[in-house]
Amino acid sequence: MRVKLSLIALCLAMVAMLAACGGEAEKIEKKDAQGDVETGEVAAPAKLVLGVAGAHSGDLASYGLPSINAAKLVAAKLNAAGGVNGAMVEVVSQDDQCKPELATNAATKMVSDEVKIVLGHICSGATKAAMPIYLESEIVVMSPSATNPPLTQSGEYPNFFRTIAPDDAQAALEVSFAKGLGLKKIAVIHDKGDYGKGFASFCKQFIEAEDGIEVVLFEGVTPGAVDYSAVVQKIKGSGADGVIFGGYHPEASKIVSGMRKKGVEIPFLSDDGVKDDTFIKVAGKYAEGVYATGPMDFSDNPVYQEAVAAHKKEFGADPGPFFPEAYSAALALLNAVENAGSTDYAKVTEALRTKYVDTAVGKLKFDAKGDAEGVGFSVYQVKDGKYVEVK
Amino acid sequence: MEYFLELLLGGLTRGSIYALIALGYTMVYGIIELINFAHGEIYMIGAFTGLIVAGLLTMLGFPGASILAIALVCAVIWAAAYGYTIEKVAYKPLRGAPRLSPLISAIGMSIFLQNYVMLSQTSDFLPFPELIPEFGFMKGYNSIMSSSELVIVGATILSCIGLTLFIKFTKLGKAMRATAQNRKMAMLVGINVDMVISATFVIGSSLAAVGGVLIASHVGQINYFIGFIAGIKAFTAAVLGGIGSIPGAMLGALVLGMTEAFATGYVSSDYEDVFAFCLLVLILIFRPAGIMGKEKTQKV
Repeated sequence: MRVKLSLIALCLAMVAMLAACGGEAEKIEKKDAQGDVETGEVAAPAKLVLGVAGAHSGDLASYGLPSINAAKLVAAKLNAAGGVNGAMVEVVSQDDQCKPELATNAATKMVSDEVKIVLGHICSGATKAAMPIYLESEIVVMSPSATNPPLTQSGEYPNFFRTIAPDDAQAALEVSFAKGLGLKKIAVIHDKGDYGKGFASFCKQFIEAEDGIEVVLFEGVTPGAVDYSAVVQKIKGSGADGVIFGGYHPEASKIVSGMRKKGVEIPFLSDDGVKDDTFIKVAGKYAEGVYATGPMDFSDNPVYQEAVAAHKKEFGADPGPFFPEAYSAALALLNAVENAGSTDYAKVTEALRTKYVDTAVGKLKFDAKGDAEGVGFSVYQVKDGKYVEVK
Repeated sequence: MEYFLELLLGGLTRGSIYALIALGYTMVYGIIELINFAHGEIYMIGAFTGLIVAGLLTMLGFPGASILAIALVCAVIWAAAYGYTIEKVAYKPLRGAPRLSPLISAIGMSIFLQNYVMLSQTSDFLPFPELIPEFGFMKGYNSIMSSSELVIVGATILSCIGLTLFIKFTKLGKAMRATAQNRKMAMLVGINVDMVISATFVIGSSLAAVGGVLIASHVGQINYFIGFIAGIKAFTAAVLGGIGSIPGAMLGALVLGMTEAFATGYVSSDYEDVFAFCLLVLILIFRPAGIMGKEKTQKV
């Protein structure tokens, strides 16, 4: 009897599984059908397809969906003004859920749909997986959010561009700023966390690559420790003429006030974890003169304001994360196609690298490796209890 | 040589900070064999009281040194009240229960107090005013030791001496020692054990509050979470020195502070905690009861 029961249960389970599979197969078919319709439209003349790839479902959908909205808004804006080179812009999206294996599928689909310009992908890992496929078919890709440094710096993907600064841009700015201050011996301190240590490691790497400036101390401190006097003594003992700190403001304020109390008056430079008004509040008079890098402020950029207003009107809500970057990427891509006069790969990449375009994150063009020039971080300094941008 | 001296004094300061908190742990453990995990939170509440009182007095225009004194007194009273209440609410009803029950109750109290302060105050870091004045005679030595560090070390030494004398010579101190040795026997000879236990909590909490105000003023910032790490480190110090022993807690705190300072100074601050806890493991291997702890035969 028991055997029979378990057999029945097993059968039921099998049926249920099959049913589930069936459902999925159907869904895939449906998607394909949709794709076919879209391909049909692609083939029609006077259409320019802007592919949008990224996480449009799954855990990270909130990062990817704003890019579809951004692409649609840009397309609507350009179409209302007569399109790009007379062609109407159409947005076609492919979902990768930020998963590398799905990203390659999405890329293959873009290739077979003969899409020539793609806005995406969202996650660095997915982008990396998809890039070889795009490169082979000479498709121009521009990401609003993939910040992994090697994507551009390795030089492997000349067809890749991005409208967001890479992870190490802040460190690069920090080091070049320190050099500009005339600092020669830097103590690099971090809080052992992913963010702080990552930043500090990039700083160290850049300092070592430069001449005339060296790292004299590279140390991690334990966040929340009662005091940092030993580290302060060590900074003093190392003969450093500047400190770069990677981490957040509670540790930064303890270290900087400890330094000043011990009479160590060397410049203190830090990251956007410290570019926070709480830092100034907590460190008080010791915060004066501290440098911190932080994202550039583009909130008074007219293109940005227009994009946000359009988003509110069309979708009835405030835009999500990476929306300004995605909006800028769509603008930059379509503008390059317009400048190039066609979707020819060589001409479009050439236009991206040479012609400035007004976008939501500022007026930009791209460098030889694909990073946007004029996008990223600025240096701020505490003056009279406020962060002021250092020009 | 100067570098060594700086590290030594830095370690001394750190050790003093730990000692003020460790004393509370060790006193409570000595008497009721309970690890009072809410002790770090008492330290934090002391610091917050100090901040509120200091803010109020500054607004009223009191002169610098009196603010420190009044803030200290208020923090001590307030924290002592908390210590007393916690004992009555969370530990006394569990006096006869298995040893694990008050321990869980202590952890619960710690979480409750943290969240209570977070909700009633703020979860942000708050600036703490520099209440400890810069002494004129310390001017030339500022790079080696600041005035606030001197005050912390001084306060710790005074507290330790005071506490030792108190326990050695006063009636209450003798009652405490008696209760620690054998609670039942102490009851039989007419000692009010409940009162003695309450007094222990009050004294431990007061010391923690002194530490809270002085350290917050030295570091310049507080939030609701500062008690946690300070508490863990002080607990380590108490275990290192032999939990239950008062001179042991002081010695353990000093050893821990020095180890951390020298590990940071001569190796790397990345390994600060590694060295501190390696030392703890080593000492516990060779002296399982801690540096000054007494081996106890298991009572059956």
